[in-house]
Amino acid sequence: MSRLRTIDVVQGGLKKRYRFERLFRRLGLAAIILSLAFLSLLFISISMKGYTAFVQTFISITVHLDETKIDITNPGKAYYGSMVKEALRNALPEVQGRRDKRSLYGLISTGAEYQLRDMVMANPELIGTIQTVWVPADDDVDMLLKGHIDRHSPESERRISDKVIGWIDDLENQGVICKKFNTTFFSSGDSREPELAGIRGAAMGSLYTLLVTLAIAFPLGVGAAVYLEEFAPTNRWTDIIEVNINNLAAVPSIIFGLLGLAMFINFFGLPRSAPLVGGLVLSLMTLPTIIIAGRAALKAVPPSIREAALGIGASKVQMVMHHVLPLAMPGMLTGTIIGMAQALGETAPLLMIGMVAFIVDIPTALTDPAAVLPVQIYLWADSPERAFVEKTSAAIMVLLTFLICMNGAAVYLRRRFERRW
Amino acid sequence: MTPLNIFILVVLLSAIVYQIGRKKAFTVSGNNIRSLHSLPTHYGFFTALWCGLPALLVVLVWFLCEAAIVSNLVLADLPQQLRELSTLQQSILLYDIESLADGGVISRDVTAEMEQAVAHYKSLHATSRAALAVVVLTMTVGFSGLALRRITPGLRARNQVERVVRILLVACSMLAILTTVGIVLSVLFEAIRFFKVIPLTDFLFNPQWSPQMAIREEQVGSSGAFGALPVFWGTLMISSIAMLVAVPLGLMSALYLSEYASKKLRLIAKPLLEILAGIPTVVYGFFAALTVAPFLRDMGAIIGLTVSSESALAAGLVMGIMIIPFVSSLSDDVITAVPQAMRDGAYALGSTRSETVLRVVVPAALPGIVGSVLLAMSRAIGETMIVVMAAGLAANLTVNPLETVTTVTVQIVTLLVGDQEFDSPKTLAAFALGLLLFIVTLILNIIALRVVRKYSEQYE
Repeated sequence: MSRLRTIDVVQGGLKKRYRFERLFRRLGLAAIILSLAFLSLLFISISMKGYTAFVQTFISITVHLDETKIDITNPGKAYYGSMVKEALRNALPEVQGRRDKRSLYGLISTGAEYQLRDMVMANPELIGTIQTVWVPADDDVDMLLKGHIDRHSPESERRISDKVIGWIDDLENQGVICKKFNTTFFSSGDSREPELAGIRGAAMGSLYTLLVTLAIAFPLGVGAAVYLEEFAPTNRWTDIIEVNINNLAAVPSIIFGLLGLAMFINFFGLPRSAPLVGGLVLSLMTLPTIIIAGRAALKAVPPSIREAALGIGASKVQMVMHHVLPLAMPGMLTGTIIGMAQALGETAPLLMIGMVAFIVDIPTALTDPAAVLPVQIYLWADSPERAFVEKTSAAIMVLLTFLICMNGAAVYLRRRFERRW
Repeated sequence: MTPLNIFILVVLLSAIVYQIGRKKAFTVSGNNIRSLHSLPTHYGFFTALWCGLPALLVVLVWFLCEAAIVSNLVLADLPQQLRELSTLQQSILLYDIESLADGGVISRDVTAEMEQAVAHYKSLHATSRAALAVVVLTMTVGFSGLALRRITPGLRARNQVERVVRILLVACSMLAILTTVGIVLSVLFEAIRFFKVIPLTDFLFNPQWSPQMAIREEQVGSSGAFGALPVFWGTLMISSIAMLVAVPLGLMSALYLSEYASKKLRLIAKPLLEILAGIPTVVYGFFAALTVAPFLRDMGAIIGLTVSSESALAAGLVMGIMIIPFVSSLSDDVITAVPQAMRDGAYALGSTRSETVLRVVVPAALPGIVGSVLLAMSRAIGETMIVVMAAGLAANLTVNPLETVTTVTVQIVTLLVGDQEFDSPKTLAAFALGLLLFIVTLILNIIALRVVRKYSEQYE
């Protein structure tokens, strides 16, 4: 009977075990690579869809600002649409017939007449002259020129007929169509017309909302962190507060929206859709983040600092306010910035308090109805027009840029001011 | 005066009073501050707090109540026929009156009664603001006068100021409790009103969900079934798909990063993974609805499967990507907390790295890992924007992930977005769903936090 030696058993299994080891290791690496691949896929797919939105198709028209049609005392009242139409007819004289003419007028955005009106109102001397102006083209033209509408697909499946494509090519040959940087996107509010829609209104709404959030959440969050870390006795009550804060950090954001709706809007009668209410809701939502980060920052301050301050006769409040808090401030600011970034990207609670309305005007006060960037993205993503897809992606790119900047600032703060004792 | 102006005014006044109080302290000490009980700045703060704090409290309470009181007064003074309108019509009327008073335009014709009401509203508003200004000014001046008179070298200003500071700090930390109470109360009250109309058992066990209430009696298809079962089923299905994606990916990433990866890779990969958690959910929603869902539909068409364009699979997959970092970074924390001695022991016995990881590290870290998975699950259940944009509205009791299902959060959003009568069962149902969602996530969170906490104490 040959004795089975342990070493043989071990060596016999070794090959299999090493194979498993390699497999396990590869699986781990694959998991990371796959996750990062998703991340890059997300970024690539959004930038591929969105980068075209930063340029916009414009058509140059030669308009006669007819003095018989414009009342010089009240230039705002005149109907500039007819002048735009006339200019288009002159540019493509071969277009005849009511129907064709109507499609011809559709080449240019409805915003053109307002652009002319604003131009004349700003400078009334233009009345009676002939001006060449670049006006935004309709979104369908824009989509065609950017290649989002396939020219070779059957005519019935496109929004632009062969005839209109012919006119557009004609205009292109005349050199009166070109793509320019899209300033409208950064300077105007929302619009039903994709070519006139911009993110300025939503960006201002986000700014106001974040200001309210910061003004409320930062002082309250710092106060709560200081109390819990420096003053609170260790008893049941403090324990309850702690558990509570940790729980609040994990409550779904939409629940905060329900709170805002029932409490701030229905009970206290604050205005719907206002950055004020949005900011209140978001500040309650970000408060746990700030408190938790603030406590970590306070914990990192070594006890010797406290003891030294108390030792030379400072009171406890003086010790905290003069020594501990300034040392913990960078950490607290980092936490606050991360909380603000979270608030900037939040959508669901704001839907609950009515920040989904279609708002054209750019908000100027905390109680004006407003949208915020993520809500604007949500609204545009729901719009059927093809042109809104690229606008949505572009708005997402802007939002992500803001978020990256904020998080970058947080990382910088941490690197710059982090102290190791 | 706008609220902001009053606030700034009070703060400015307090700043001035602070200086006066400080000077007064010097004066009463006869320029020998050693005779003072506290530092001169404490006397300054003492007067400033007396000046600002009561006034600010009054301003706060005033603004919280003003809108409700003014609108009730306006409503009470409306002519008889307008007062008999339903609550909804009254609130619309009130809204119109308010926007008229703000100089806005409304969609209906302005009647004589409304003009009267607008004038009334304006006068009430003006009176309220004027009264507030008077009250605040008297309070600031009166209280700072009283405080200034109390300044003597023996006044224990520091103790008093510090007591106020402590009370304020306690108040800050109480806000967390107040928020929870506010959430519970606001959701609970509306939910109770809902359960008065629809019995609780019906809500929990009815397999039908079609939240339409009949406007007219004989209307077709408006039976209004409020069974939350299919809605919860959909939530469960989508979040399970998400967990199927997130748990293996997140856990394996965490294990690799903590056990195998070089320091450099760890330094790069960990923040990159955390970017996934920082991307706004609306972006994921857009990605799911416009990239993943059409892709899945086309793939399904190729292999001959009908995939709905709002399939549970698309929403679940993208949600899974979103919660990878929740699983990975929390698990990573607990895995690195496992004492090195345990690993060394396993190596000394001749085990390979993967055996050490699977038989020693993972069992030791298991409670923490379970905690992180539960937290991620609660995040998935409460996630809103991805499902609002990528999942459907129809409540289906199905096990096929290629079909459309709906979730609790989608239903809350669809029921509450838009202008509806606030006390119809339809809108109240949203609060009932919210209550259920809150309870479920709360239970998950509490278990998870408790498990993680207990575990982290174990190795400390």
